[in-house]
Amino acid sequence: MTTEMEKAGIPVAQVTPMTLVAETVGSNRIIRGRSIVHPLGDVDLAPEEEHELRRMLVQRALDALASEDRTTA
Amino acid sequence: MKVVHYLNQFFGGVGGEEFADTPPNFLEGPVGPGNLLNQILPEGSQIVGTIVCGDNYAVENQQDIVSFVNAKVKEARADLFVAGPCFNAGRYGMSAGAVCEAVKSESDIPVVTAMSEENPGVDVYRGEVLIVDSGSSPANMRDVLVRIANLGAKLANDEPVGPPSTEGYIPQGFLRAEFVEKTAAQRLAEMLMAKLKGESFEPEIPVTTFEPIPVPLMTTEIAKAKIALVTDGGLVPRSNPDNLPRAFSRVWGAYSIDERPKLLEEDFEVAHGGYDNAHVQQDPNRLVPVDVMREMERSGAIGSLHEEFLSTTGNSNPLENSRRIGREMAQRLKDAGVDAVILTST
Repeated sequence: MTTEMEKAGIPVAQVTPMTLVAETVGSNRIIRGRSIVHPLGDVDLAPEEEHELRRMLVQRALDALASEDRTTA
Repeated sequence: MKVVHYLNQFFGGVGGEEFADTPPNFLEGPVGPGNLLNQILPEGSQIVGTIVCGDNYAVENQQDIVSFVNAKVKEARADLFVAGPCFNAGRYGMSAGAVCEAVKSESDIPVVTAMSEENPGVDVYRGEVLIVDSGSSPANMRDVLVRIANLGAKLANDEPVGPPSTEGYIPQGFLRAEFVEKTAAQRLAEMLMAKLKGESFEPEIPVTTFEPIPVPLMTTEIAKAKIALVTDGGLVPRSNPDNLPRAFSRVWGAYSIDERPKLLEEDFEVAHGGYDNAHVQQDPNRLVPVDVMREMERSGAIGSLHEEFLSTTGNSNPLENSRRIGREMAQRLKDAGVDAVILTST
C-alpha cells in the first residue's frame, strides 16, 4: 500500500513494528512502532508517558516525511 | 471457425492520434494485422469481420463499444473473438480487455488478446481473459499472431490449453493440478544441486521481487501540509459499516474524523484477526493517532489533519490485492488534495 501511494507521488511515512517487512517491500520512510498490539502506544507506561511516546513517534514520522532520503528511524 | 477481430484506429488503418475519437465501425473480412492472422489461422478458419474503434472513444464510451462489439459478434455467429495485439498501448489494452471480457460473458465463445506485461490492461483483465505476452515491439507481430491463432484454435476446439510458459500467454494466477514424475524432495534436491554447480534452474513458485521506487518529495513544507492517517490495522467505526473481514480483506473504508479531538473507545472497533485487538480497542489512538495529530494541527506543526482516515485489514492479504487497495486509496487521497500520509501497520 505504501509503495502504491508513493508511486502516485504521495510521500508516506510508515509506522510499523515490523520494519524489516516494510524495508523488504520497498517502503522509503519507516518508523519503528512500539509493538504489534499497539504500534503508537504502550500499556506499560503511565498515560502521560504513553501520550509523550506517541507524540515522539508521530514527530519522527513527520521528520521522515520532510527528509529526502530513505530512512528507518 | 469464424473469427471476429477488434483493432484500434491505428492498426485498423484509420489514422493516428488525431483519429482517436473515431466511433466503432464494422468492416467485412480482415483488416491490417488481421490479414496476416487470417493466413496463420488453421485451414477452414477465417476472419469474417473486423471492428475498428478509436482509442479515446473506446475508453470514454465503454458501454457503447461493449454493446457494439457484442451485437456484431452475435450477428457474425463468431466462434472466436480476437483483440489486438495491443503491445504497450494503454488505452488499446484497456479497451481490448473490456471487449474480450464482455464477449466471453455475453456470447460464451473463447476470446484471446495480446499485450505487453506492462500494459495496464494486464492487471485488470488477465484473470478473465487469455492475454498473449506480446512484448512491447510490433516487430514481433508475426510471432504474436501465431500464438494467438494456436491458442484460439485450441480454445475453440475445446482442446486443453498448456501452462503460460509453453503457450506464451501471461499467467492468470491459477494453480492447476498436474501429475509429475518426481517427488518434491527429488525436485528440491535437483534444484539445490543445480544451484551448487552454478547451473540455471526454474523455481516452481515465481519469486516475488520488489522494485525500489524513488523517494517522493514533499511539495509543501510540513507546517502547511494536509496529512492523512491510513492504517492496515483494521480500525472501523462501531458496527463495521463496510464489513471489513478479519483477514483476506478485499475492501477498505474511509471514515470521518472531522471535529474529533481524539478517537474514543465507544465509537470504534477493530476488524483484524492477526493481532490481539484489546489495547487498540481500549484506546484507538494507539493505532490511528488522531489525538497527537490534533495537537500538532493546533500548534501549527502540521497544516491540517485530513478529515477522514482510511483503513483496511492487512492480514493474510495477497500482494496483488494489497497493491490494488493501495492504488485505490492513493486515488482518493489525491482527489482530496492530501500532501502526505502517515501509515500505521500492526
